[in-house]
Amino acid sequence: MCLAVPGKITDINGTDAKVDYNGVSKYASLRLVEKAAIGDIVLVHAGFIIEILDKDDGEELQKLIDETMRLIK
Amino acid sequence: MDDKIMLAHGSGGEKYRELVKEIFLPAYSNEFLNPLNDSAILTGGEKIAMTTDSYVVKPLFFPGGDIGSLAVSGTVNDLAVSGAYPKYISVGMILEAGLSMSTLSKIVDSIARTAKEAGVQIVTGDTKVIENRGSSDGIFINTAGIGIFPKGRAVPQQKIEVGDRIIISGYAASHGMAVMAKREDLGFLPPILSDAAPLGDLTAAVLNNKNHIINAMRDPTRGGVAATLCEWVTTDTDIILYDNSVPVRPDVSAACSLLGLDPLFIANEGIILLCVPESCAESVLTSLKSNKHGEYARIIGEVRKGNAAVKAVTEFGSYRRIMMPSGELLPRIC
Amino acid sequence: MKYSIEDLIKQINFLADGAGDIAIMEVCGTHTASIRKFGIMSILPENIKMVSGPGCPVCVTSQEDISAAVAIADREGVIFTCFGDMMRVPCDSTSLYSLFEKGRDVRLVTSPMDAKKIAQENPEKQVVYFGIGFETTAPHTAALVEEADKEKIKNLSVLNSHKTMPSAIKHLLQADSKISALLCPGHVASIIGADAFSFVPDILHLPAAVAGFDAYEILAAILRILDMIHSNKTQCINMYPKAVTKNGNRKALELLYQVMEPDDALWRGLGNIPESGLKFREYYEEFDARYRFEIPKNKASDANGCVCAHILRGKKIPTQCIHFGKDCTPDNPVGPCMVSAEGSCAAYYRYRE
Ligand code: SF4
Repeated sequence: MCLAVPGKITDINGTDAKVDYNGVSKYASLRLVEKAAIGDIVLVHAGFIIEILDKDDGEELQKLIDETMRLIK
Repeated sequence: MDDKIMLAHGSGGEKYRELVKEIFLPAYSNEFLNPLNDSAILTGGEKIAMTTDSYVVKPLFFPGGDIGSLAVSGTVNDLAVSGAYPKYISVGMILEAGLSMSTLSKIVDSIARTAKEAGVQIVTGDTKVIENRGSSDGIFINTAGIGIFPKGRAVPQQKIEVGDRIIISGYAASHGMAVMAKREDLGFLPPILSDAAPLGDLTAAVLNNKNHIINAMRDPTRGGVAATLCEWVTTDTDIILYDNSVPVRPDVSAACSLLGLDPLFIANEGIILLCVPESCAESVLTSLKSNKHGEYARIIGEVRKGNAAVKAVTEFGSYRRIMMPSGELLPRIC
Repeated sequence: MKYSIEDLIKQINFLADGAGDIAIMEVCGTHTASIRKFGIMSILPENIKMVSGPGCPVCVTSQEDISAAVAIADREGVIFTCFGDMMRVPCDSTSLYSLFEKGRDVRLVTSPMDAKKIAQENPEKQVVYFGIGFETTAPHTAALVEEADKEKIKNLSVLNSHKTMPSAIKHLLQADSKISALLCPGHVASIIGADAFSFVPDILHLPAAVAGFDAYEILAAILRILDMIHSNKTQCINMYPKAVTKNGNRKALELLYQVMEPDDALWRGLGNIPESGLKFREYYEEFDARYRFEIPKNKASDANGCVCAHILRGKKIPTQCIHFGKDCTPDNPVGPCMVSAEGSCAAYYRYRE
């Protein structure tokens, strides 16, 4: 289900944002998110931005993995 | 066999093969047709190659090409990958009443331009008009082509061998994605460009080197790279594809992930796949890269002993099977 | 990145060693597809099995909804719009795709907003959008209807087949105890929040991890699940913090529940599940295609001998179906699990061993 793809907002036009995915852009609706700005990395699903992604670059996930590594010999 | 023709019969997957094997082959069977290669290689005086193909693409015009340029490139490429030097083509057209004359001349211009680029001459043609069936863009084109074999040229045997390397001449999936994006009005900016082109010069660059042994060569059109690899693999070989090494243009790759499509299964008309012994793989790559259509050529896999499996291996050692594509490709959204 | 993918695989093997058989259910169809695509199964230890749950929206759409779709799409003056996969689901001897082949105006869209555009461009036609999917697509449909209402677009309606995930999982896993843990759908969670899955440890007493969709993210979540099993903990851990918060996307949820309210829903293979669907609130009723069109009540039957129902429950695997690979292929699907690339049968068929 839920084929959501991350992209970057490059322009905002009313309730639509132009989202760039590595060289190809497509407009997506901003109706489902609170505050989005140019430069935000967002998750787009079926023509709508559904989430603004954290910019921490996976640091938090590394911490979560860390907790499972304590058992390693 | 199904009792009615469906669109899937035209999509190059399992159904298409069924149609050929159960309806056409039994009726037409002969030694030239039976190998079912891209072109038949004929005898009678000098050896020649012959092929034919029909074009029913919608939309007629797409970024980077149109039905006319496609009708020439497709036929020329079928000749070229058979090892022949494309020479002559015929153009047969079926037009629907109501087609605008300016559309027709645009397509004709494009046919002429592409033929010139490909170095082939249009030597015969035919035109029929049928009643309008409600569309304003009814035009179907059939092209047949003849190619010759210059002396000393290697003819690909279309048979792979253990130890061979699989080479792709450029970015996969660009053509199919360009047409789909236009047809379904997917709204990509900038529009995705098709790379459809006649590739006679590209294959010549490889075949004219006498030291090259080309075990197999194909243009991976409908069904994409996956279909060609599945056709190539034999009962005692496996084809191992290095998953991340198949080059895909960044915009095409992004479009594929947005639509949930695997670029390996998308049609091409601007690239070829080759299967060559390891010993000449590097030299073949160099020849490909000397041509403008081969700039991004690379090795994407190899042939191993096995039992008829095509497997994509990831960088971290997992693998998946690649099967003959089936069903119409429809964007998957959720 | 501190840990490489090989590190994750090594630790998975370490934790799985001697742990007995562990069945992890992935409930999201995109997880099913990614797991196949990245060949995750081929590198997991023997005793770890991934089981596909009911997360492919195409596969769980009931035969009744599909026959309603076909009935509407077959009417004069209608433009029927839907997502690509939906077109090939068989319904008795027809499908939306065969209506399209016959010349009916069935169009594939990639966003519900495309349907609005089509409605505006074709004022003389009735445009119907087939709303399928879970919390990741339902707010979109809500936005479509809310805008259509505001802009007074009268020729647009929705055939609503939206469903919600948590109640279905609860229903399914209460009746089935063969599952040891749950890989929760990352994108659903980005809308409803990771906390919405806390019922998995609290009520079902199973460990759960919310997962992203690339090979690394999926393996990280599997690792976390094994770690919980190893240390006898049952929690729901958010392993997709990049996109998922505790509470989810408030704005999307507000819009969704402004337009729709919970309702019972019919799932293929699972039957009627209370509170697992969404219907339009009274104010928006006129946008309901079932309200706008008279739909013949022909009792469409689930395809003959198709065991999708058992597959969706994780009780059978596709190769145990008599149709599988014989008369049921992606070219000629007998049941819905063969249609969507995410369906278990199609995934098995494409990447079969
Ligand atoms: S193989 Fe076909 S008929 Fe059998 S369960 Fe899967 S979809 Fe249903």
